[in-house]
Amino acid sequence: MSTVAADVVVVGAGPAGIAAAVRATEAKRRVVVLDEAPNVGGQIWRHRSVGTLGADARTWIDRLSRTNAEVRRGVAVVDVIVGGEAGDITVVAERHLGGVDVIRTPALIIATGARERFVPFPGWTLPGVTGIGGAQALLKQGATFRGKRVVIAGTGPLILPVAASLTDAGARVVVVAEQAPFQAVRDFALSLLTHPETLLQAAIYRLAFLRTPYAMGTWVTSASGTDQLAGVAVANARTAWSLPCDLLCTGYGLVPNVDMARFVGCTTADGAVAVDERQATSVPGIFAAGEVTGIGGVGLAVAEGEIAGAATAGAARIDPSLARRRQALRVVARRMERAFALRQELRSLARDDTVICRCEDVGRAAIASFADSRQAKLYARAGMGACQGRVCGPALELLFGWQPGTVRSPLEPARLSTLSTAALAGAASSAADPSAGS
Amino acid sequence: MPQSSVAAVTISADGRSVRVPAGVTVAAALLDLGTSAFRRSVSGEPRAPLCGMGTCYECRVTIDGVAHRRACLVTVAEGMHVTTADGAEEAPA
Amino acid sequence: MSARRADAIIVGAGIVGAACAVALARDGLRVLVIDAGGAALGTTAAGMGHVVVMDDSPEQLALTRYSQSLWRAQDDAVRAASELDWCGTVWVAEDEAQLEALPAKQQLYRDHGLETEVLDETTLIEAEPHLRRGLPGGLLVPSDAVIYQPAATIALLALARTMGAEVLQRMPVEEIVPCGVRCGADTLRADVIVNAAGAAAASLTPQLPVIPRKGHLVITERYPGFCRHQVAELGYLASAHVMTSESVAFNVQPRSTGQVMVGSSRELVGWDASMNRRVLGRMIARACEFMPALADLVAVRTWTGFRPATPDKLPLIGRWPDVPGLWIAAGHEGLGITTSLGTATLLADLVASREPAIDAAPFAPDRAVTAGVH
Ligand SMILES: Cc1cc2nc3c(=O)[nH]c(=O)nc-3n(C[C@H](O)[C@H](O)[C@H](O)COP(=O)(O)OP(=O)(O)OC[C@H]3O[C@@H](n4cnc5c(N)ncnc54)[C@H](O)[C@@H]3O)c2cc1C
Ligand SMILES: Cc1cc2nc3c(=O)[nH]c(=O)nc-3n(C[C@H](O)[C@H](O)[C@H](O)COP(=O)(O)OP(=O)(O)OC[C@H]3O[C@@H](n4cnc5c(N)ncnc54)[C@H](O)[C@@H]3O)c2cc1C
Ligand code: FES
Repeated sequence: MSTVAADVVVVGAGPAGIAAAVRATEAKRRVVVLDEAPNVGGQIWRHRSVGTLGADARTWIDRLSRTNAEVRRGVAVVDVIVGGEAGDITVVAERHLGGVDVIRTPALIIATGARERFVPFPGWTLPGVTGIGGAQALLKQGATFRGKRVVIAGTGPLILPVAASLTDAGARVVVVAEQAPFQAVRDFALSLLTHPETLLQAAIYRLAFLRTPYAMGTWVTSASGTDQLAGVAVANARTAWSLPCDLLCTGYGLVPNVDMARFVGCTTADGAVAVDERQATSVPGIFAAGEVTGIGGVGLAVAEGEIAGAATAGAARIDPSLARRRQALRVVARRMERAFALRQELRSLARDDTVICRCEDVGRAAIASFADSRQAKLYARAGMGACQGRVCGPALELLFGWQPGTVRSPLEPARLSTLSTAALAGAASSAADPSAGS
Repeated sequence: MPQSSVAAVTISADGRSVRVPAGVTVAAALLDLGTSAFRRSVSGEPRAPLCGMGTCYECRVTIDGVAHRRACLVTVAEGMHVTTADGAEEAPA
Repeated sequence: MSARRADAIIVGAGIVGAACAVALARDGLRVLVIDAGGAALGTTAAGMGHVVVMDDSPEQLALTRYSQSLWRAQDDAVRAASELDWCGTVWVAEDEAQLEALPAKQQLYRDHGLETEVLDETTLIEAEPHLRRGLPGGLLVPSDAVIYQPAATIALLALARTMGAEVLQRMPVEEIVPCGVRCGADTLRADVIVNAAGAAAASLTPQLPVIPRKGHLVITERYPGFCRHQVAELGYLASAHVMTSESVAFNVQPRSTGQVMVGSSRELVGWDASMNRRVLGRMIARACEFMPALADLVAVRTWTGFRPATPDKLPLIGRWPDVPGLWIAAGHEGLGITTSLGTATLLADLVASREPAIDAAPFAPDRAVTAGVH
C-alpha cells in the first residue's frame, strides 16, 4: 500500500478530468489523476497511440503530459472517505492485478463520465451484441472487426461517428437504426447550424446521411443465435424484418456515472450531479465535471473540467468565455435530450423470460410484480451482482420507473484486503478516534 | 526486444500460447482469437464484452490466477496467463 | 383498506412476523400483517441466514434446536424458496483451551440428539482447506443449514396468504392500543396483537428491553467451493454474549450461489447505520487470520443491520400483561432467522393455551431481565 498526499485528486482521465488536471497543475497544485482504464482519454479520447487522435484531443493530452500531474492508470477508485473536517478526503484505489493506492487530499474532482444505457430485448445477452460506445471502445483497444456485418441500433448523435469508425476499420455496416423519428433528427441537425460549437457535428450528420444506411424511426426488436449472434429483427412504425449480422452495436444514450458522487453524499438531480457555477457539488471540497453532471458532449466536458480545475486551485472568478461556452453547450445538450427521447415501444421489447439483470440472470417476469428496485434486488437478486446495477438500473428505471438503490462500499468490486486497508486509511484520517490502527 | 513494426507479446489463452499485438487489451486480444464465452453466466449462458469500458463486468476472466478481472481494462503483457470460463480446467492452481 | 375485522394483527413483516402469520393462520385465525416498509426489508434483509444451534444458555439451545427441527419439517414450497442448504457448521478452536472444551460441547449436543464430530488439526484442514495451518481443531456440526431469508420470509407470507392472511405494506403502526393498533387516523382492532417489530419493538412497547445491536457484513463474487460449511470461531459465542460496545469474530458462510459472506461485528451505537470502516477492517482482518486466502477474494458489497438485542440474549415471546390483547415476538438478536419458526409455534401454542413443545417461561417478555453488561 502506498499513501500519498495531494492538493487535488481527479477521478477520471477523460476530457473533463484531463482539462481539470491541466488547469489545477498550471495553478501550481499537486494533482493526482486516477483512471481505471489502461490509458488516459476517457471514452471519446480513448487511444493506444496518440497519433490516431484528433487535434483537440492531442493538444489536451500533450498539455497533460507536460504538467507534473501524477497520472495513475489502471487503478479503480473503490472507496472515498470524507472525514469529519472539511477538506479531509481519502481516496482508496485498487490496481487491477494487485496493489492499493491511498491518497489524502483536501479537494476531489469527480470526472467519472457516463456509461451507455442499455435497453433489454430478447437476445441482448448473446456474445456479438455490444454497446455502441462498447464497440468503439473495443475497436480502440485493438479488436479488429474487419469483414464483419454490423447492425447499429440506438439513438443520438454519438452513434454516427461509431458507424464511421467501424466502416473505416473494414466492417460492413448494414444498417444504422436510429429510434428517433426523421422529424426529430432533422430538426436537431438543423439546430446545430446555429451554434459555432456544433457546426462540426452538423457536418458529421451530413456525412452520415450520405455514407451510412441511416434509418430513422427504426429499432431492433430482438437478436437471435445460439451461442453467438447470428441475426437481428428490426422494426419501424410500419413493418418488421430480419437480417443476418455478426455484430450488433446497441445503446440508447448515456447515463452519468453518479455512484461515487452519490456515495459521498453529493446532491443529484435527474440522475446527474448537481453543481454550482464553480462546478462545486453540495459536499465541501468535492467538485464534479463532465458527463457526470449531465450528458453534454466533449466540448462541455472540457469547459467544465477547466472551470473545476481552476476552482480547486482557488480561482476567485470564473473565466467568462468558459462560462459562456458552458452555457451554450448546455442548451444544445438539452435540445439533444428532447430530440432523442426514447420511444414507448422500447419499453416493451423484453419478454417474460428476457434477462434484465445480466450479472444474476434475472428475467423480467421474476421482478415485474415488485414495487421498487430494492424489492427486485432482495427478493429476486436483480442488481446484486458484480456491476451492482450499473447495467440493469437504468433498464429498471425505463421499464418500471424504479429509482436506483443505495450505493455502498466498495464503489467497484475490490479485494477484501483492500477494504481492510481502506479501513485503516479511514481510521488514520480521523485523528479523534482513539483505537485507530488497532 | 520487439523486432517487427507491430510489436507483439506472447500470452497464454486457456493454455494455448499465442502472439498478440502489444498494447491491446485482454478483451481485444480474446475477441480476435475468436473467443465467444469470456464467462459463463449464472445459468450457464456464454457472455462476452458488452460495454468495453469497465461497467458491465461481462468480460470477466482470470488473469495470472486472479479471478473476475475485467478484460477490457487490462493490457496484455508478455507471459500473461488468461483463462476464460470454458478454459477453467487449465487454470493455474 | 378492507373494513373486515382480523382475529390477529401482526406488526412487522420480518421473518419473525411472517412465521407468526403462518402459525396463527394455521390455527384458523384471520391474520393481518402490517409493515411500515416492505416485507423482509428490515433486519431480516441484513442477516446472514445461518440456521444454527447455539448453546449460550440451555434455553437458547432448546429454542434453536427446536427451531431447526421445524426448518427441517417446513412446507416444501417454503424450503425450496428458502434455498435451504444443510451445509453444516465448523466451529474452529483457536487454542488448546477451546479445544479441550469440545468433548463437553459434543456431549451437550448429543444430549439434545445432535451428532457432531470433533476435528483435530488434520481433519479440520480436510474439512476446510482454506483455514490457516496450525489451528488445533474444531467441531463439525452437520445438522446446521444456510438459507436465503428474504426469500424464506416472502414464501412464509405467501403460505400464510393461502390460509387467509392479508399483508399490508408501507403502513406504519403508530401506536399499539388495547386489542388494536393505530395507523394514522384508523384504529384496526383484533383480539390478538403481536409486536414483531424487530429491533424497533420498543418504539411501540416502550418497556421492552430491546435495543439495536449493529452488525457489518461483506459479500464476495462467486468462488464455488471456497468453503463448504459455515465456518466460525468458537470465540463467536463470547463475542455475541458479552455486551461490549464493539466486538468482531470470524464467521464466514458459503452461499448457494458460490459467493462467500464474511462476518461478523457487533456494536452498540444506536440506530447509526453508517459503515464503520474501522470495524469493517477489524472484522475482515480477523477473518483473514483464520482464512488467509480470503484476503484476495473480491468483495462486491458491504452493509450493516441491526440485531434486536436483549440483555439476557433470549428473545421475548409471550403475552405482555400491561396491554390487553398484546403479545410479543421480538428481541431475537443474531438468531432470529433460525428461531423465527420456534418462536411462531411457541407463540401460537400460548395464544391457543396449548402446552408448548419447549418450556416458554424463560422467554416470557415480562421476565426479570438481568442487567446487560457482563
Ligand atoms: C459511443 C460514444 C460516442 C461518443 N461520441 C461523441 C462525439 O462524437 N462527440 C462528443 O462530443 N461526445 C461524444 N461522446 C461523449 C464523450 O464520451 C463525452 O462527452 C466525454 O468523453 C465526456 O468526458 P468525461 O471526461 O466527462 O468522461 P469520460 O470520457 O467518460 O471519462 C471518465 C473516465 O473516468 C474513469 N472512471 C470512472 N469511474 C472510475 C473509478 N471508479 N475509478 C477510476 N476511474 C474511473 C473512466 O475509466 C473514464 O476514463 C461519446 C460517448 C460515447 C460513449
Ligand atoms: C449482521 C447480522 C447477521 C445476522 N446473522 C444471522 C444468522 O446467521 N442467523 C440467524 O438466525 N440470525 C441472524 N441475524 C439475526 C436476524 O437477522 C434477526 O434476528 C431477524 O431478522 C429479526 O427478524 P424480525 O422479524 O424480528 O425483525 P425485522 O426483520 O427487522 O422485522 C421487523 C419489521 O417490523 C417493521 N416495523 C418496525 N416498526 C414498525 C411499525 N411501527 N409499524 C409497522 N411495522 C414496523 C419493520 O419495517 C420490519 O420489517 C443476523 C442479524 C444481523 C444484523
Ligand atoms: S466489457 Fe463491460 S466491463 Fe469489460
